[in-house]
Amino acid sequence: MDKMPRWADVALIPFINLLLALVVSGLVVLYIGESPLEAMAIMVRGSVGSAYGWGYTLYYATNFIFTGLAVAVAFHARMFNIGGEGQAALGGLGVAVVCLSIPWPHWSLALIGAIVGAAAFGAAWAAIPAYLQAKRGSHIVITTIMFNFIASALLVYLLVNVFRVPGSMAPETARFAEATHLPNAYDVAPWLGFSRSTPLNVSFVVALLACIGVWLLIWKTRLGYEIRAYGHSQSAAVYAGINPVRIIMISMLISGGLSGMMAINGVMGEAERLVIDPVQGAGFVGIAVALMGRSHPIGVFLAALLFGMLYQGGAELEFEMPAVSREMLLVIQALVILFTGALDNMVRTPVERLFLAMRKGS
Amino acid sequence: MTDTEPYAIELKGISKAFGPVQANKDISLHVRKGAIHGIVGENGAGKSTLMSILYGFYKADAGEILINGQPTPIPDSQAAIRAGIGMVHQHFKLVENFTVVENVILGAEDGALLQPSITKARRILKELSDEYELHVDPDSVIEEISVGHQQRVEILKQLYRHADILILDEPTGVLTPAEADHLFRILNGLKEQGKTIILITHKLREIMEVTDTVSVMRRGEMTATVQTADTSPEELAELMVGRKVLLRVDKAPANPGEVVLDIKDLRANDDQKVERLKGISLQIRAGEILGIAGVAGNGQSELLEVLGGMIAATGGSIAVNGEQIDLTGTSSDGQSRRARGIAHVPEDRQREGLIMPFMAWENMGFGYHHDPKYQKNRLFMDNAALKQDTAEKMERFDVRPPNPFLEAKNFSGGNQQKIVVAREIERNPDLLLIGQPTRGVDIGAIEFIHKQIIALRDEGKAILLVSVELDEIMSLSDRIAVMFDGHIMGERLPSETDEGELGLLMAGVTKGAA
Repeated sequence: MDKMPRWADVALIPFINLLLALVVSGLVVLYIGESPLEAMAIMVRGSVGSAYGWGYTLYYATNFIFTGLAVAVAFHARMFNIGGEGQAALGGLGVAVVCLSIPWPHWSLALIGAIVGAAAFGAAWAAIPAYLQAKRGSHIVITTIMFNFIASALLVYLLVNVFRVPGSMAPETARFAEATHLPNAYDVAPWLGFSRSTPLNVSFVVALLACIGVWLLIWKTRLGYEIRAYGHSQSAAVYAGINPVRIIMISMLISGGLSGMMAINGVMGEAERLVIDPVQGAGFVGIAVALMGRSHPIGVFLAALLFGMLYQGGAELEFEMPAVSREMLLVIQALVILFTGALDNMVRTPVERLFLAMRKGS
Repeated sequence: MTDTEPYAIELKGISKAFGPVQANKDISLHVRKGAIHGIVGENGAGKSTLMSILYGFYKADAGEILINGQPTPIPDSQAAIRAGIGMVHQHFKLVENFTVVENVILGAEDGALLQPSITKARRILKELSDEYELHVDPDSVIEEISVGHQQRVEILKQLYRHADILILDEPTGVLTPAEADHLFRILNGLKEQGKTIILITHKLREIMEVTDTVSVMRRGEMTATVQTADTSPEELAELMVGRKVLLRVDKAPANPGEVVLDIKDLRANDDQKVERLKGISLQIRAGEILGIAGVAGNGQSELLEVLGGMIAATGGSIAVNGEQIDLTGTSSDGQSRRARGIAHVPEDRQREGLIMPFMAWENMGFGYHHDPKYQKNRLFMDNAALKQDTAEKMERFDVRPPNPFLEAKNFSGGNQQKIVVAREIERNPDLLLIGQPTRGVDIGAIEFIHKQIIALRDEGKAILLVSVELDEIMSLSDRIAVMFDGHIMGERLPSETDEGELGLLMAGVTKGAA
């Protein structure tokens, strides 16, 4: 067998990748004259050192779980859905429509309604590029990117011209009714030390359920089987009588739906209204999360947690080390993406060799 | 030759490992000057690795190469060319839209300007072509000449680079019998001019026909080198496999029943919209094997693909058990075909028949994943049932290792094919489509797969066999239809025809009534 053990594949290699990214990031911090170790300590403390930090870290992670799962599902069908950003923005629109148009009696019902609305709007936004790919062969990467811009422009138009509260200058919807407000971590578990204003809310639970759902879908259902088969070999899928158009459409609809559901966290759980740019780059981070998580729900969860830490820890770092600017944080985050995603083979090949050599020696 | 004349090629103790796999183990080989030296062995025996080392694609872990008695390190293919070694690959390395002369000088241009090289090459090619009776027009475009001609261009390319030692890797795989005969005449001509030829093949008949000496490889080792005149195909087969093998297929006469498959005037295009089936009419009865002979690329693949529901037909009709089946639209896909009792072992198991990164148990349900016995309920598949089923089928079809959790890519070619064959035959289909059943399959597995096909026939099933191996068609089929350029050139009974006649039909030549 020409393989290394599974634990090395799923744990060791991402760990080495991450370590390399941190070392190079450390050099960058050193270059601007700050102590890398201190920066590291601030980031860790800021993200997971307090209930306050955890509240933000898990809030960000919730976003990344949804967008990461979205990319992962499409990727199992070998489709690169770059459109998470736009699909999540439309998902926000769906949440806003559901929350504003129906007088919900209780948040739990509103949450179900919002899940349906967000997923439906996100899926609808993914449906057009998916159809163009399936029927016309227009490349999904190109079309989903373009749809991000269209989504952004559409949202601005709607917020300025349709949803804006009369008399208000802010391009945002009215605040959602009190009954739709999702309980946050303080409401659910005040004894854990979360503050009353922590952004972490029950959407996190929805995200965990989505992880389980995706796992069941991909590995336990016939549809998941067909999606994976199509993703590995389109010619074999045709041989088996799997309809490529159907697989492309369904996997992209699920992907778009998951992206859309990201908006529940930010729009319904945190801002409680729809603002301009409700996604804030989480759609793109989802790509890195899915890559690093090997398109597996557990991997996606762990990678989302890591990126949540990077976001929250980065914000703290920016605050406590003025020399580290916002752009510097982007550099660090980009290095993590670069090492865990794009440069994966750089580490993988030597590690594989090492394992083979060890096996031959033993 | 005298005792003092050095060998053209002498390999001493060549070893090469890929990770834990020892592809070549302490191999020594002596090739006399001016001889045709055959190398036989099953897939994975290490033939290609050895030749790749000789041609500088791989570096040996240990060992020495001597060319004409001189120790010659060959770190890359440039060094091999300098040492006078030329290689004709199984898959030609030609630029399709270049002319012959342009292909020949590619990589051997004399300077920045092309014209002087081309003029010179054209003159030399003419001489070479006449000298060795290659009959190649230097100015024809590659995509417009036949496969046999293309191969001769490859040979010319090597001669133009002053190759004294020619390595041919499975050269007859794409040739008609007549083209293969022509190739062997050319090789004999080259031999008479003092060239040394190494012929790599798995076809024992060719070894017997054309070589002077033959070396047998098995599991990375050189197991024997014998004079061809002193050996027999049976002995070579035994040396290759390591045990006695049955080269002939044992089968009782067919007992044909009702018509199962009735094809009338079937037409189909490939994905380039080129018509590949130009009005095919065929019948297959229960309990008989119809073999389709033909050189690869004459429409056999498309015939299988239309019948298996992989591509739509553009005209004609197909009836299975007397019922017309859909040729276009949603009920013409692979699922509908399977529901009609048509099983399909596709020509390319790695691209079509199997999902290589899937485990054996996932592959065992492939195409039949809608089967109710693999479903737990409306939502979930019953993976446990599928695993159980897989273990039983692997047992019955002697798949090694019988591990349902091993990924398809980690099985040998023969065992991959056994997985596909097990999956399809165990569905107990009315009609089995089987393409290239033994391509890249070791001799032991060939024997097993052939037996399974015959057994299915004897159960009264109809079988459509497509193979480019004429031997296989001749020994398995109850009737043979020959395809050429999208047409059926004629049907013959194996007992009433021979390779010569089939070869002519395969080349599109009809004598009298087809």
